This record gives sequence, structure tokens and C-alpha cells, in this order.
Amino acid sequence: MSIATPEFGTAGPEAGARSEDYLWTLNFGPQHPATHTTLRLVLKLDGERVVDAMPEMGYLHSGFEKIGEHLSFNQYVTVTDRMNYISPMANNVAWHGAVETLLGIELTPRCTYIRTIIAELARISDHLLSNGAVGLDTGAFTFFLYGFYQREVIYDIFETLCGARFTNSYTRVGGASHDFTPLVIEKIRIFIKNFPKTLNDMERLLTRNRIFVDRTKGVGVLTREEAINGGATGPVARASGVTRDLRKDDPYLAYGDLDFQVCCASAGDCYSRYLVRMQEMRESLRIVAQALENLPAGPVDVGIGQRVARPTKQQVYSTIEGTISHFELSMSNRGFEVPHEESYAATEAPNGELGFYIVGDGSENAYRARCRPPSVLHFALFPQLIRGHTLSDVVAVLGSLNIIAAELDR
Amino acid sequence: MPSMPLAVDDILAGLAARCGAAETSVFRGQTRVVVSEPRSFEALAWLKEQGFDLLIDVTCVDYLEYPGAKHRYGLVYLLVSTATNCRLTVRVFVDDPDPTVKSVVPLWAGANWLEREVWDLFGIRFSGHPDLRRLVMPQEFTAHPLRKDYPLQGRGERHNFPIITRDHS
Repeated sequence: MSIATPEFGTAGPEAGARSEDYLWTLNFGPQHPATHTTLRLVLKLDGERVVDAMPEMGYLHSGFEKIGEHLSFNQYVTVTDRMNYISPMANNVAWHGAVETLLGIELTPRCTYIRTIIAELARISDHLLSNGAVGLDTGAFTFFLYGFYQREVIYDIFETLCGARFTNSYTRVGGASHDFTPLVIEKIRIFIKNFPKTLNDMERLLTRNRIFVDRTKGVGVLTREEAINGGATGPVARASGVTRDLRKDDPYLAYGDLDFQVCCASAGDCYSRYLVRMQEMRESLRIVAQALENLPAGPVDVGIGQRVARPTKQQVYSTIEGTISHFELSMSNRGFEVPHEESYAATEAPNGELGFYIVGDGSENAYRARCRPPSVLHFALFPQLIRGHTLSDVVAVLGSLNIIAAELDR
Repeated sequence: MPSMPLAVDDILAGLAARCGAAETSVFRGQTRVVVSEPRSFEALAWLKEQGFDLLIDVTCVDYLEYPGAKHRYGLVYLLVSTATNCRLTVRVFVDDPDPTVKSVVPLWAGANWLEREVWDLFGIRFSGHPDLRRLVMPQEFTAHPLRKDYPLQGRGERHNFPIITRDHS
């Protein structure tokens, strides 16, 4: 994040032009409608062709990891909402999944299913926006509106569930802030019924659209080797033929019980990434439908005997255990028993592997709360994807990588 | 081409034989191995040959206030094998006054920005890194904010920043 024009690294093959005079530098961002978030690209152009690109980040750095060392495990969930803010529920699930790994808490069956459902709904809403943005940037505005309308339906489900549309802060250590009510289940059922129709419409609008295919096919190609070497995960890696999905490879929550497929492509271009995301929404919908119909009965939170999940109001006012547990968890020098240990736990977030490396020192705060953000590694791949393409492809590649600056900078 | 993946115990035994006594531990099913700083690159290169082809994360923990800690900084390398989905955490400990470790960018291109972030926030140098600049903080920044001796709040280095006007922005 320097003010002067930064030095370029090794340039691409076209940099061997006789005179550098033909090349000129274009500053793209940090405030630009097509970056969608606050990030900066310094492009070296030969006419309309991009010779080299220099990504810059840090404009949205807010010290989330430093804040994580000073907030308790339950408070920090509000900060994770603001990381990848187009799918906050997925971040909530990742954060508390990592905390529970450190503390060694076994969730109730109902809670694992509920978290699976909301994580998949978050994936659908994330893919709708990231694919919608690719469409928007390549000239398909209607497609974006179809996607955003369905995101609105998912917002409404989340609002009914926990009162917040956007920054949900839904999970808690050992449970969740609210249980599913019949109304929430009803709304998810309606969504499952209506969404495939919209998805079909969206596919008809764009998947075989000549302009869109020409704009994205063969653009920003990432090979399988480059994807693995560069640390790519999630849809970006799967579009390059890496058959890695934590939901299958390392089943967490309820994914082991459910039937779904891992969506992969082999071309590794922007079009493949679009196709993988479209297909993943269908698979996510299958997961949501199965999990909803098999939702186990019983409590959401782990029992108050474990002293991690907050007791309900009913328990606090009518049982002595509830009252004691409530005070123990609320007083500043009590709280959880945290081991002097460190652990890493990851989930398959919409963007890729979102993991937290948490160090516990016995206090109620994390000693270190490292977030492994998928966007950082994807953004670092950007120069090699754009070299040789034209200026108008910058937005297509940027959109297909789904770079979220808040997750990038934290 | 990576050779046939081995079981984790065999890999740890091989690592101990090649790179000296390596301390291992298991917590919640996660295997951690501690490698000494001078041989960290050699160990990670060997692990990559054994099939740990995906570098998930490079990060650091500052153990300044940690009870019972022997070293100041602990680097964390999270490795995964895409073939077997086996995970391994490699720890490397370094100390003041000049915490330096060899860069793994020649092994994994993805380490580039991760190491830049560790340099930025913890001040650990990666020797052999092609482009060791700050990643998230401004280049003019003088401190390393995720160190434990850096306060959460307070007046800081803002006076170091140049004032940008419209003419020379």
C-alpha cells in the first residue's frame, strides 16, 4: 500500500518490447465500481493488453486478528460477520467450529444439522452474488438482479431465524443463539421449492449466452499445478481440476450423513469457475433439503452441565444449575476452561478453505486468533491470470476469483 | 512427481532421521512437529516431496506473555496432501533480536503473500523471499502490530504518514 507507483516484479513474455515507452501504467482502484470492494490494481498496459499487474491490498485492514485477542470467544463472532460479509453465516460456523475444536466440545445432533443448513444457505447466497457480479461486470445486468432477488429471500430466512439480515452473529460456543422455529422451516421449504426455477432461468440467461461465453472462456486460465502450488482452494481450485472439498474429504458437522457431489471442472478459466459455482448451488440446495427433512429433535445447545453454552431464560429463572451456569459464564474471571493448547480447524466456506488457528492460554480470550482467508491466496494469483489479456478482462477475472476485501485485509 | 504417500508415523520418523530430533505431539487428532530453525527449509522441502503438496497457511504466534513459553515466536506451517488429505502442522521457533527463517516461496508460490503478512505483522524476516514488503499495513509504518508488546489502543505512528494532497497523489 505505497503511494508511489510500486516496482513491478518479473514481467510476462510481452514485456520484452523494445521500448518501455509504449507501456503505460493504469491505476485501478482502490475506489472503483468494478473492484466491488476496496482493493487496488496497478496495471501495466501495452495498448489495451495487460502486460503486468500489481495487486495491492490493505485499504480495509482493521486489525481483526488483534481484536480477536481481546474479545471473548462469543464476542468475536460479531467480528467474523464482517470478514466475508457476503456470507457471514459461513464465517460464524467456521469460527465457532474452530473454538469448539480447541475446547473439545461435542455439538448436539440438532445443532450440527442447523449449522449445516445455514452454512449451505450462506454458500448459495455467496455464489449468487459472486456469479451475479461476474455477469454484471461482463454486461449481464438482468442476471445479477435475478440472483440478488433470491439473496433477498435468504436474508429474510436469516432475519426470521435470528433477527439480523446481514451481520447475523448466529452461532454461540456449543450451540446457536436461536433454534429453528416452524416459521423458519416453512420459509426454507418455500425457498427450496422456488429456487430451482430461478436457477434454471439464470442458467438459460447466461450459461450459453454467446457474449458471456466469449468474454469468459479461455480467460484467466489457472492450471491444476498452479492452483495447488499457489494455495488455491474452494471453487477456484475445483474449477482447475483439484478435487478437494473439505465437506467430503474431512466431513465436519452433518456432511458425513448427507448425499451430495463435489463439483469440479478442468479448464480453470473464468467460465469454469462460473459453472462450478452454478452447479454447487444445486448441490447446496440438495444438502439443505436433506438436512431439513432429517432435522433431529432435541436441544440446540450442549447441556448446561458442560458450562459452555448459555442457559435459556427459563433455565436461569427456574433451576439452580441454570442460575449458577449463567453467572459462571457471565463473570469476567470465570468463563470457559480453555486448554493451554493450539489447534486449527477449517470449514469449506463458499470462497475456499476458511480456517482459524486458535491458541488458548486458559483465559476466556484467544491468545491468538489467526484467520486463514482464502481470498488472500486467490488475489495473489491474479497477476499470472491476467497477463496477456485485455483491460476489459480484468473485471471478469477479478469477479470470478470473488475477492472480498474485508476478508482479504481483515 | 511426489512419491507414494506414506503414513504420518513413517513421515515423522523419516523427518527425525533426516533433520535431527523433531519433537512431535498430537492434540485433537492434529499432528504437530517442531523443526529447528536452521533446517526448516530442508524439512519442508522433504515433506513436500513426500506428498504434502498444498501449503494451507503460514502464520506466527508471539509467545511473549504465554505462560511457560521457551521461545518468543512460533511459526506455523499448515500442510495438506491433496492426494490423501492428510494434515501436518510444522512449527519453527525463532527468537529476538533478529528473528529470521528461510523463505519457502521456492517450494510453494502461495507462501509469498503469507510470508509478507507475517513479516508485516510480526517482523520476522524471511531470507530469500523475492519481495518482502509489507502486505496490509502502509509501507511507512514502523512497527509490527500483532506483536504482544504492541498495544491494542493508543496513539501510534500516524504522524509518520505523509500528507497527501490532490496534486501529488
